[in-house]
Order: sequence, then structure tokens, then C-alpha cells
Amino acid sequence: MTLGLINANPIVHAKKERVARCEDSHCYFVRDIRDPEHPYSLEQLSVLSEESISVDDKLGRILITFTPTIQHCSMATVIGLCLRVKLQECFPPHYKVDIKVSPGSHADEEAVNKQLNDKERIAAALENPNLRQLVDECLYSNEL
Amino acid sequence: MDLNDEGSHFELKEIQTLSGHTDRVWSLAWNPATGTDDTQPVIASCSGDKTVRIWERSALTRSWDCKAVLEETHTRTVRSCTWSPSGKLLATASFDATTAIWENVGGDFQCVSTLEGHENEVKSVSWNASESLLATCSRDKTVWIWEVMPGNEFECASVLQGHTQDVKMVKWHPTMDILFSCSYDNTIKVWAEDDTGDWHCIQTIVSGHSSTVWAISFNAEGNKMVTCSDDLTLKVWEADIEGMRSGDDQVLWKHISTLTGYHDRTIFSVHWSREGIIASGAADDAIRFFVESKDSAVVGPSYRLLLKKEKAHDMDVNVVQWSPGENRVLASASDDGTIKIWELATNST
Repeated sequence: MTLGLINANPIVHAKKERVARCEDSHCYFVRDIRDPEHPYSLEQLSVLSEESISVDDKLGRILITFTPTIQHCSMATVIGLCLRVKLQECFPPHYKVDIKVSPGSHADEEAVNKQLNDKERIAAALENPNLRQLVDECLYSNEL
Repeated sequence: MDLNDEGSHFELKEIQTLSGHTDRVWSLAWNPATGTDDTQPVIASCSGDKTVRIWERSALTRSWDCKAVLEETHTRTVRSCTWSPSGKLLATASFDATTAIWENVGGDFQCVSTLEGHENEVKSVSWNASESLLATCSRDKTVWIWEVMPGNEFECASVLQGHTQDVKMVKWHPTMDILFSCSYDNTIKVWAEDDTGDWHCIQTIVSGHSSTVWAISFNAEGNKMVTCSDDLTLKVWEADIEGMRSGDDQVLWKHISTLTGYHDRTIFSVHWSREGIIASGAADDAIRFFVESKDSAVVGPSYRLLLKKEKAHDMDVNVVQWSPGENRVLASASDDGTIKIWELATNST
């Protein structure tokens, strides 16, 4: 992992009370993804919330927006990769996923969004063993 | 001719689906020396499964079979493949940062050379018309030109810098030794050799596309090219071919048309047929066809949609390529792991 965290002191929120609702079940899968730098979930760090995800089952499209903890977060691309891999597991393969940082939440919003959605770059990144390991740690680390 | 008749109805008939790859198929190439009178058509395809497959249509059954799987060479995704103009060699570009050259030795494909040098993923490879030069490009932002030497040796002739981001595709002009590249930096660059043998950029098209340019294709005459982009448009460009032929470096490619409003997701591939039909493959799983429209109300050439084939594949269409041999036959490949052979036919209603 990286030495010297980018954001050493994130604001941590309490875990929300879980209400089981079928249509929201996919939200829970992504909310529990662990932040790449801290032993907290993306939901606890307010990176993701219920409003962040919209699914159009008819068209087979998903739009996720997330809020990196700080404006210059270089972990944004890693979070994006984690979200994409997780969604691939939860949804049928033909679903199209668009991932963006929420408007105004990142200094290089346009550049980050472009990288988050370049299919070829994503495929190459996921073939990188170090990056893949980091993603796996975020997705499969034990229940917090 | 039916392309000019706006009342003609076209349909895209599915001839066959080629399955075998175990991951997305990124690209394919028709062997240019096949598919004519006495030879059966051959296609090479490359995939995220790290292999290249060679497919041939049987003379007897007219059905396509997989003749070879080229594996254990590339250690990562094979992103692009292209045959040399003579059809004797196949070049494959991979995320493993190498480009492999294959030769068909008595039915067996052997890797006869490996080109190294790029710092990271190689995205595309292209042979020039006379087969004397090869070009490759990479996420390392460079374009490399290699000289083809005797005995399947390749020597790096130039490392071209200039793009500020990942270079997605390189394509030689169909008749002249002028190289084109397109990039994640939204530009298209034109490269040519000067009198002293140095390669340099003679034009950068910056105010064209507003996002990543994924592919370039030339018309048969070589005086027009079409590009496709993440900005959801196709753009057509034109240059003075006679000026280019006489070695005029000042000849510039000018924008003549933008096809907008037809695509709602990234367009990954575009290919201009000998007959003038532009085919596009996009991230909405569809294949579209465009032809020049004789619209007298518009100044300059305009293009109209001939046909949209929705759900051509179950997932993103990564490549569309017209057959060099048969008229109106097209091959496409997708994230769904399949290759499809199609025929663009007219409906006699």
C-alpha cells in the first residue's frame, strides 16, 4: 500500500441502519467497498450514498456518482475501478456502467471522469497485478 | 445505384457468429490476399484472452471454422491485429508492451519476431502499402516507425513524440507513406518523412473532436478520411491528393462534415468501404451505415444514415471491418466475445 496517505484524517460517519429493501440491495454491495486508504467503507466516508446510484433496468444502464474525500484525491481512479469491478459482479454483463465524480467534488473533474470511463484504460489497469491486488483488498477485505 | 436511391431499403443479414474467444474480442482483420476467386476468406481476431484466432471459411460448407489459436506468446490482452498487404505476415499488438510478427509456415503460424521498445501497452499496429514500414503506438504517448528488413528483422526507424496522451490507433495512408495517429488527447496527427529521412509531424488536427479519437479510416481514393470519437461524432476530412502526391508538405487535411446525433455512446470503430459506405461500431451494441447524400440544400458533402442495426451484438461493438474481397460483407467483434459476419443486402419490397 502507499506510504504517506493522501488524506490522513477523513471524516467518518456512523454506519446507517440497514433497512432491507429489494430494489436497493445493489446499493449495499457497493457501499461496503473499503476505501483504498482507510479501514472504512465508502459509505462511512460519505463517498457514496443511496442517491449516488441510478439504475435503468430497461436500457441496462447504471450511473454512479461518488464524492472523493478531498478535492485532489488521486485515489479517485482506484475507487472508480473498485466500483466498476463490484458492479460487474452484481449485474448481468450487458449492463453499461458510467462512473463519475459528483459535480464540483474534484479539481480535475473532467479529466478524472474521462479516465474512469475509458474502457481500454480500465481493462489495462485491471491487468496490472498491483492495481488488481489493491482493488481486491478494497472489495474483499473482511466485514468492517 | 441503390446507395443513391433514398427509397432503397437495406438490411444487415447475419451470416454467421464465430465463437471461441473466452474474453472480449478487441479487433479483427481480413487477410487481404484471401477471399478472391480461388482462395477462401481468412480473418484474424485478437482478444482479452491473450490469444489471436485465425478463422477460415470452408470452400465446401461455406461455414467459418477456427483454423488456429495463437497462444503462449502475448502475456496480456492482444489489442490489435493486422495483416501485411501481401497477406504473408500478421502483426499483433499487445498490452504486454510488445508487437509480435507471425508467419504462416505450412499452415502453422509461428512468431518470427517480437518488437520491443514501448514502455507500456501497445494499442495499434499498421503496415504501409509497400510493406516496407510498420507503425505502432502506445499509452506511452509515442508512435514508433519500424523498417522491415530481410529475414523478418525489424529496425526502429523513428520514435515519434508529440501526442500528450495515450495513442489509440495508427494508420498508414492507403497509397502514400504518410502516417496518421489518433489519441486520448483528442487530436489526430499526420506524420511524414522529410528529405533527410527524418519523420516529423506535418499536421495536428486539434479543433476537431472534443474527446478521445478512437479510429481513422480512408476512402478508396485516399483523399478523404473519417474519424470516430468518444464525443459521439464521426468527422470526415479531405485533402488535396494531387498535392500530397507531388510531395507537398503543406497540404492540410480539412474538416468537411460532422455526423452528429446518430450515436449516444462512444464510437470505437469506423471503416470506409471501397464502395463508399461508412460503417461504425459503437458502445451501444449497434452497427450503423452512412453514405454520402446528394442533398442540394447543403453546401459541401453531407452524409445520411443508411441503416442502424440495433443489438448487432449483446455488448459493445469494438470493431467493424469490410471484407476486401466480397461486396458488402462486413465482420464485427464485440465485448460479448464473438465475431459476426454480415451481409448488407437490399430489401426488394
